[in-house]
Amino acid sequence: MTEFLQQLINGLALGSIIALIALGYTMVYGILRFINFAHGDIFMLGAFAGFYLAPKIAVLLPLPSIAGGLVVLVASMLICAALGVLIERFAYRPLRKRPKLTVLITAIGVSLFLEYAGQFFFGASIKKFPDIFPVTTVTQIGGLSLNSNQLMVLGVTLVLMLALRFIVLKTRIGTAMRAVAFNPEAAALMGVNTDVVISFTFALGSALAAAAGILWAINYPAIDPLMGILPGLKAFIAAVLGGIGNLPGAALGGFVIGIVETFVKGTRWSTWADAIAFAILILILLVKPSGLLGKKEVEKV
Amino acid sequence: MKTLHGQVVFTAALAVSLLLTGCNKPATPGAGAEDAIKVGEFASLTGSEATFGQSSHKGTQLAVDELNANGGVLGKKIQLITEDNQSQAGQSSTAVRKLISSDNVVAVLGEVASSRSLEAAPICQQNKIPMISPSSTNPKVTEVGDYIFRVCFIDPFQGTVMANFGRKTLKMNTAAILSDVKSDYSVGLAKFFKEGFTANGGTIVAEQKYSGGDKDFNAQLTAIKAANPDGIFVPGYYTEVGLIALQAKQLGITVPLFGGDGWESASLIQIGGTALEGDYYSTHYSPEDTSKAVQSFVKNFKEKYNETPDAMAALGYDSAMILADAMKRAGSTDGTKVRDALAATKDFQAVSGNITIDANRNASKPAVILQIKNGAFKYVDTIAP
Repeated sequence: MTEFLQQLINGLALGSIIALIALGYTMVYGILRFINFAHGDIFMLGAFAGFYLAPKIAVLLPLPSIAGGLVVLVASMLICAALGVLIERFAYRPLRKRPKLTVLITAIGVSLFLEYAGQFFFGASIKKFPDIFPVTTVTQIGGLSLNSNQLMVLGVTLVLMLALRFIVLKTRIGTAMRAVAFNPEAAALMGVNTDVVISFTFALGSALAAAAGILWAINYPAIDPLMGILPGLKAFIAAVLGGIGNLPGAALGGFVIGIVETFVKGTRWSTWADAIAFAILILILLVKPSGLLGKKEVEKV
Repeated sequence: MKTLHGQVVFTAALAVSLLLTGCNKPATPGAGAEDAIKVGEFASLTGSEATFGQSSHKGTQLAVDELNANGGVLGKKIQLITEDNQSQAGQSSTAVRKLISSDNVVAVLGEVASSRSLEAAPICQQNKIPMISPSSTNPKVTEVGDYIFRVCFIDPFQGTVMANFGRKTLKMNTAAILSDVKSDYSVGLAKFFKEGFTANGGTIVAEQKYSGGDKDFNAQLTAIKAANPDGIFVPGYYTEVGLIALQAKQLGITVPLFGGDGWESASLIQIGGTALEGDYYSTHYSPEDTSKAVQSFVKNFKEKYNETPDAMAALGYDSAMILADAMKRAGSTDGTKVRDALAATKDFQAVSGNITIDANRNASKPAVILQIKNGAFKYVDTIAP
């Protein structure tokens, strides 16, 4: 029973990071109907932004500390938000009227560009991510171990998800996002500036990816320019599993993937973890093609 | 017209020769190609195992420099021609083919990783060019043929040493194993550890696996913690081992971790930090060894590179030295004669211990056990074969 609960905690911590990345995938898909494959690399850039910012911020605020750590987190979110807007402006916007496949291939190109530019500028070898939050303390509750990093991950994820929910449901720009997602042409006719809305969506998604990158790096402090590939892929699957385009679905999908993977890895079938996670995905999509929380869409021909 | 044509050809030839020399790193720029003995080296100078390749190359280069400073071998200087395989599969065979066919090397030195040595070995064997691997520990490497040698011990020995150390010295009754399924090295070590540990009356209570490149090991470690072993054997490479140590401590695992020479890197301590305190691993040599051979090697290496040599550097050094010794004894650089001399090597005084080449062309020599204390590798014990 202790082992079961411990694996559940491990799975939740891993799942919440995947969920944060998945939210970015699903938001962009909801608005533009295309998969931004460079999203996993924004996650990587988030971690590297933190890596290079930490020594600079340490001059102003003592690191590691909660306040200093949060400043690093927010600063790299802002940097990546700007990067996301730039990528959309220069790589995707010129192709917006072209077939979706063109944009998709461009996205793969941007992804490879970021990975190899990263190898060029940061070097291919693994870097140690600095300690930005206070030294990890382990709390033991009846044989269960809960460390401060895991608490930080769960806490930050929860706050960010609530903030996202507030932005999308309660603000003017959120309303505009939903309008564009529903019907871009009609929204434009009603006076919604779709360019601004799309830029804002990329900024928001990239900021979440950066936050995920920092949370990942404090838990697994060995970062390299190709670190975004696998988490990015898993987050994409999480987004599809939850119903792509659906925000709560992406979060749910992330948690499901994280928990399933952890439970499989804890058995003697550990090397089958990815295979089993993908098999579950296929099964769910066979039964419910639009994903766990996805709405059935009628394809207009 | 004729002279112009001649000029073009000359310039082109010059450009090509410049390009070629630009690719290689001749050890002794002064030595002409005619009167030098050409020795090829292939190494992972960049890419994922770059720290291994760089260390090994620095050791080899130091040995060549020392040999040349003392008059070279057989009255000739040695010219070391180094190729980088970028730690990638497929690159080593290309590099070694080039070394043999276009550079006409008389012997080949390399590699650290067993999988890449296995790629090059058949090519050397086919061309009857002796190859010496500095630190590939997988048994299959020298099984390729009678021209393939190594100056390090092999996985069964290392696995058995750690099994005996855990069972007898640390008095563990139970152990868990966490190995990397993607690596021949890790799987081999895990297998021989398990055999050695159970043969001595110990029990393996949990066997967990991961794939090289994984970052999250919480699931496997939680399962291991539930089995409550006296120690955890982690025969992986340094990046994963560092993360495993961190996550183990965060899960409240207090028993020691121990592993093999894949731990040997300063990056291990950078990533794992204090979580690695008190853990053990087996390796080929310790810079703290007080023997004259080790101390003079450490001194010369520090003078040249301003850093303390690790085991890969010591083995890279030994591979070049044992080759030079064989050439001297053979009195020739002919592949077959050097091969015979290498096979007859007995009690060669190397930095990483006295080397005798056995019937399977493996080095029979002691292993060293190190412990991580205050963020440094401390010498614990030497275990003879």
